[in-house]
Amino acid sequence: MNTAFLRSFLHGVHPPESKHLTAAKAIRRLPFPDELVLPLSQHAGQPARAIVKPGDRVERGDKIADADGWVSSPVHASAAGTVVDIELQPHSSGSYKTAIRIAVEPHSAQIPRPRVIPDWHGLSGDELIEAVRQGGVVGLGGAAFPTHVKLKPPEGRAIERLVLNGCECEPYLTTDHRTMVEYPERVHLGLRIMMRCLGAKRALIGVENNKPDAIEALRRTKPDDLEVEILGLTVKYPQGAEKMLIKALIDREVPEGGLPLDVGVVVQNVASVATIAEVFETGLPLIERIVTVTGPGIRRPENLIVPVGTRIRHLIDACGGLTDDAAEVVLGGPMMGTALGDLDAPVMKGTTGVVVLTEADVRGRVTHPCIRCGRCLEACPVFLNPQLLGSLAGKGRLDAMGDNHLGLCMVCGCCSYVCPSNIPLSQMFGAAKTDLRRKAQRETLRGDAAGANA
Amino acid sequence: MSAFDPAALLVPAGILGGVGLVFGSLIAVAHRYLQVWEDPRIEAVADLLPGTNCGACGFAGCRAFAEGLVGGAAEPVGCTVSGPDEVEDVATFLGVAAGEAVQRVARLLCAGGSHVALQRAEYRGLDTCSAAASVAGGGKGCTWGCLGLADCDVACDFDAIHMNAVDLPVVDPELCTACGDCVEACPKDLFTLMPVDQHLIVQCKSLLEGDAAEAICQVACTACGRCAQDAPEGVIAMRDGLAVIDYSHNHETSPDATLRCPTNAIVWVEGAQTLTSLTGAAPGTPVHA
Repeated sequence: MNTAFLRSFLHGVHPPESKHLTAAKAIRRLPFPDELVLPLSQHAGQPARAIVKPGDRVERGDKIADADGWVSSPVHASAAGTVVDIELQPHSSGSYKTAIRIAVEPHSAQIPRPRVIPDWHGLSGDELIEAVRQGGVVGLGGAAFPTHVKLKPPEGRAIERLVLNGCECEPYLTTDHRTMVEYPERVHLGLRIMMRCLGAKRALIGVENNKPDAIEALRRTKPDDLEVEILGLTVKYPQGAEKMLIKALIDREVPEGGLPLDVGVVVQNVASVATIAEVFETGLPLIERIVTVTGPGIRRPENLIVPVGTRIRHLIDACGGLTDDAAEVVLGGPMMGTALGDLDAPVMKGTTGVVVLTEADVRGRVTHPCIRCGRCLEACPVFLNPQLLGSLAGKGRLDAMGDNHLGLCMVCGCCSYVCPSNIPLSQMFGAAKTDLRRKAQRETLRGDAAGANA
Repeated sequence: MSAFDPAALLVPAGILGGVGLVFGSLIAVAHRYLQVWEDPRIEAVADLLPGTNCGACGFAGCRAFAEGLVGGAAEPVGCTVSGPDEVEDVATFLGVAAGEAVQRVARLLCAGGSHVALQRAEYRGLDTCSAAASVAGGGKGCTWGCLGLADCDVACDFDAIHMNAVDLPVVDPELCTACGDCVEACPKDLFTLMPVDQHLIVQCKSLLEGDAAEAICQVACTACGRCAQDAPEGVIAMRDGLAVIDYSHNHETSPDATLRCPTNAIVWVEGAQTLTSLTGAAPGTPVHA
């Protein structure tokens, strides 16, 4: 038996893949919209600080907001135009956040200034990291963690292996898939640059077996001098979670509360790696990304290259609009993505896809009492006891949930997916995690106040 | 079977009695020399307190408050659950002054009920505010506004909060003890504890200004600044798209500041808040376009 075929992690689920809508569709470039909305907070960490003012003229690729601290990332204009205002605008999180609004110049050739980012040949590791930082590169897998922070592990921590995540385990999405099929050279170049920055000797790319064309493209284009192994993985969700992927590929477990760093690994998503290569190839910072617009609620599903800051409404219109029975627009995949409340929110650096579901997909189901069947235990990829956590959540016992390792829950949704009683477990856990964080913040504030009084 | 011998009972009775005597005297000695003295007044005062352990006094429950009272670290009036009679009882028992405090109540800083605020998307899922807030902010047009799923009503131990017809929680000032449970329960941080003698309240937390604010809620503060002009110097300032009242000037406030407000965002409250002031128009239609 082929052992590579069995490579995976324990537990998890296998929802319908639904990738056929866009898996074979070549990436198409979306025309520039009339208006761009670029939130200052598109990445994990501190929001950027605006360095332009209303009325300023900007070229494509110009920096318009600077990073505020190390764990932050600059924002660049994704099209030439004029800054209209810096104001509160709808954000995909459902809130309003400060954003730079740019009126895009109609009929502009959109030719960027020559080379914002230097050529990579001959640059040292630190110079490369600085260039990546200046390019505003963040993880494109969803969390949008600034890439330069990952490239600079703390002193004395050796990175043995670089792991590239090409799983794309979320149903519907084909962003990473099309990137690997159409731009495999970029994945390899980005990998080479990352390995130089990190001093890693070996690399692994994990791709799920439902993308044979991606595996073939990566193998075909692999440069002979690059120490990289491309491995097919059993199709299972949430294989793209970094801790699951490390378990699947090199059979190591990241300790509770630890980072992949603790087992000598750095994990990066393939689209982010291709972006690193693109930044050095074109000399342009991260100003556009590939977004899958798909789902049964969209008339013409597509893979699009979209300027960051394009409103979701524009994207949907470009794909033929919504069908009559469209009911819910989800940013990201249907398992971990977030429902969108306002179509005027813009595409950000971390927006992987727009999935439109129909009434039939999202109809409410009646929740029944837990029958203790234990299916959630068998599904949980981090080996928690969702049944116990769920009953604690029902009683509002936040602290007890914390004691039962709620912190490990990544709200992947496997438990809710398998629950025969339709108990919305993962939403309960997500809410409980937020409540615990708020409670901790309040206690810190109270502690500070008491300290100030003493 | 032998005949009953009463003398055979004496041995075990003697042993048990002896053992009892030894341990009894040990306990007597321990009680004499190892006892921790506690002011008997603490127990008595704790009995006079309501025993709800709500924490509104700032102590960890009624017993801790009783210790504070006896130790002089608290005043009887610090218990917001007790009525004037109970407070007087405690003060008389301890022979101290009851102290003076202005009653505080929880106030909701949002008047955007379902009749005036735009609902942009329908929320389906767990029926709590804290869960809804994490899904596109709950689908309400105003991301700062009340979601109306009653987390505060559930959290209130004193039955002082009830949801009204337009899905806003109304606080009964008579029953509210200012314990702060609703303040902690609200994921949008809309409750604040205020002395009842602060009558001027801005019932809005939307940071949007002007038409943008009014487009999503008819009773939003549009930051037009009229209230600031109509109030004495320094009482109201415009900050981040909101009118902000400086309560250190509370004695200078008057209902005059509310008269020209185009959206009724700033109000003069006596007793309970009225949270259904505007009715009729469809949600989302600006009233004063």
